[in-house]
Amino acid sequence: MFFSSPFKLRDKGIMGMNQRNSGYIGRYNPRKLYPLVDNKLKTKIIAREANVTTPALLGVITIQAEVEGVEQYIKETPGFVIKPAKGSGGKGILVITKVENGRYYKPNGSEESLSEIKRHVTDILAGLFSLGGSADVAVVEGLIQFDNAFDGFSFEGVPDVRVIVFKGFPVMAMMRLSTAASDGKANLHQGAVGVGVDITTGAAINAVQFDKPVKYHPDTNKELALLQVPKWERLIYLASSCYEMSGMGYLGTDMVLDRDLGPMLLELNARPGLAIQIANGQGILPRLKLIESLGDDHGMTVEQRIDFCKKHFSQNSPKLKI
Amino acid sequence: MNARTFFFVLVAGLLTLGIFQTVQRHVAFDIPWLPGETRTIWNIDAKIDFDANNGAVSASLTTPERQAGYTKISQNAASPGYGLSFLDDGKTQKAEWTIREATGKQTLYYNIQVLEDPKSLDQQILEMPALFEEQYEAAGLAAGTVIIKDAMKTSADAFSFTREVLKQLNAESPNQNVALILTGKTNKTDVLIALLNGAKISTKKVGALLLEDGRRRQHLTPLVEVFQEKDGVISSQLFDATSINSVDRNNLLLWDQSGKSLLELTGGSDSKVSFSMIQQEQPALSALLQKNENEHLFNFSIHSLPIEDQSLFKGILMIPLGVMIVVMMRVLIGLKTSGTFMPVLIAMAFIQTSLVTGLVGFVLLVAIGLFIRSYLSHLNLLLVSRISTVIIMVILLIALFGVLSYKLGLTEGLKITFFPMIILSWTIERMSVLWEEEGAKEVFSQGGGSLLVAVLAYFVMSNDVTRHLMFNFIGLQFVVMALVLLLGSYTGYRLLELRRFKPLADKE
Repeated sequence: MFFSSPFKLRDKGIMGMNQRNSGYIGRYNPRKLYPLVDNKLKTKIIAREANVTTPALLGVITIQAEVEGVEQYIKETPGFVIKPAKGSGGKGILVITKVENGRYYKPNGSEESLSEIKRHVTDILAGLFSLGGSADVAVVEGLIQFDNAFDGFSFEGVPDVRVIVFKGFPVMAMMRLSTAASDGKANLHQGAVGVGVDITTGAAINAVQFDKPVKYHPDTNKELALLQVPKWERLIYLASSCYEMSGMGYLGTDMVLDRDLGPMLLELNARPGLAIQIANGQGILPRLKLIESLGDDHGMTVEQRIDFCKKHFSQNSPKLKI
Repeated sequence: MNARTFFFVLVAGLLTLGIFQTVQRHVAFDIPWLPGETRTIWNIDAKIDFDANNGAVSASLTTPERQAGYTKISQNAASPGYGLSFLDDGKTQKAEWTIREATGKQTLYYNIQVLEDPKSLDQQILEMPALFEEQYEAAGLAAGTVIIKDAMKTSADAFSFTREVLKQLNAESPNQNVALILTGKTNKTDVLIALLNGAKISTKKVGALLLEDGRRRQHLTPLVEVFQEKDGVISSQLFDATSINSVDRNNLLLWDQSGKSLLELTGGSDSKVSFSMIQQEQPALSALLQKNENEHLFNFSIHSLPIEDQSLFKGILMIPLGVMIVVMMRVLIGLKTSGTFMPVLIAMAFIQTSLVTGLVGFVLLVAIGLFIRSYLSHLNLLLVSRISTVIIMVILLIALFGVLSYKLGLTEGLKITFFPMIILSWTIERMSVLWEEEGAKEVFSQGGGSLLVAVLAYFVMSNDVTRHLMFNFIGLQFVVMALVLLLGSYTGYRLLELRRFKPLADKE
């Protein structure tokens, strides 16, 4: 059959878009906190205050007159990323992995001229990539030197780890690996591979591309089951502490692993997608319900919350019922 | 839980209010559920000809009053140079023309539209018309007295008495009394009235117009209305002096119920009044609206607005339906569209252009726009000026298409100007960025989704029945609102999610 029965999905605890919107995002994410999450610059500032590591900030371009000066931020770097502070869905992110004699190269090796970079910054300032088309600022960040543990797992891009943090509990995680199809981006709907990751160990559970199961990375042919996220303890700790930092109840945290600096927070997402369920091969609802059943007065610290999740949400834990 | 209960009370309240208002409008104002029901309207012209006597002229024409079977919708008069007023003294209604100086042949026109209306009733008779004194010549008086006596014997009340008199007047071989009374008199009606008056029965002369489609130069048929009081209730019947049979009021409009004269003319002579009429079938609704305009029943509805604004609202009131389609497609199906309500705007453009022209035009415009926009990408422009350029480009394209299709003889192509240009430009800009960032596949999926929703919205919004219902029953807006609210609280799966999560559901 072309369609699955809705009762079957319900039995598996799979959350749909409507339920996510009204039952979780609408209920647990206060509207007034959205700017903290939607504006990457603001996220960076609160993360710094909360001692959550983030990629180095090279510069910020706020007005058109400063566009000409973008070169001063980027010419001495080994590589950099320019992104709109209020961008959504990975739109408008320009990644330069190699800077050589004033020439700039994208991950796929093609050259990006300085005037093209300036045009990109201009577009960002005009609000082309921002939510609702409002005027925006461009953020220039240092390039993340990604961890060798991911060699062969990602094609032309930084793999990141998405952890869904519900009321401070890390309930589900997945690794997002860019592919040729996703053009170096880590968005699943653009063709990145999603690998479900065990909350307890950081080891791969299951992998999908375009919502269909895969066993090997489509470009490197590396077996995805071998994936193991290093420094998992630190990563899951940082992700969980984003709850206190942002105040968002239902939060998608995007973490990256730097070779030298370890896990760091790339950005927060107040409307995390549903594909993480497919990557993990299981529905997220039973986990959310379990956390909801704890109420608001459990008084757990970040460490206790992580332990709670490790105990209940591991691959080896007994199956949860809705 | 409390907020939830309140929500459902609100939705139920809106539904009840909407349905109640809708049913109430249908029952109270007779507004049909379906469009296309028709009612008959008679369009009647009265033409008055006379010679003016080189001085002031005043002509007053008695006009129809409220009566069973017909409702007056509108009246007007044409008569160059004349002052015109419609008079109503509570008993009779008149149209009065006046002029200070007139010479030669004069022609005045009076036009009335009446609706065939089974709900209309005769006016209540409040008093008997007075009997009148008249001197009769001796021979006629004696003959009349005999006729009255004969008829009195074989009758029970005023109506049966009238019938008995009519039998004598219209007998094939009239007796000598009747022959005597009829000699020298051409008009049986006057004879009948005189006889009834002599028998102390109140009467009134009525001028009736037989309605027949397309008839011209018609005259009023004289009828006699006979009154009778029984137990304090006054009733009346119509009689035709030239026939024994009772009068058939089908297709009979009682034009002159004044009991006096049809036309009163001073300052002129040789007057004559003739009538012509046509029958028109009008949609029931507009007929009703015209009827009710006079009665101020629709004062607080959209129908009380000027026609121009009404037609504006005809479009606006359809938008909720289009919006509901968008909500359904997104919440229940999970279709992606480019811009939340863009499909509704496109659907509204389709209504103006007709579907096929609109679809072809839209796809052509966006495709060519995307092509040119890809060149603009290289120019490193500010966003606002780039979109402005796209807007100008779209306008030029529209002009080009218009001229081209006109030269080719395809007037359909001119309708392309109905497209909302700013929306179109934003669509091109968005699609172009989408193309650069996510590839052609996403452009086709979102563009196709938008068009699909737009076409669906078009079918719903352009449907005659829905247009009729939404415009005439404001209550349905509340129903749509309740449905949209309900959809807003739907947390179940979307249809496309059933497909998306199928591999997950089939696992194990």
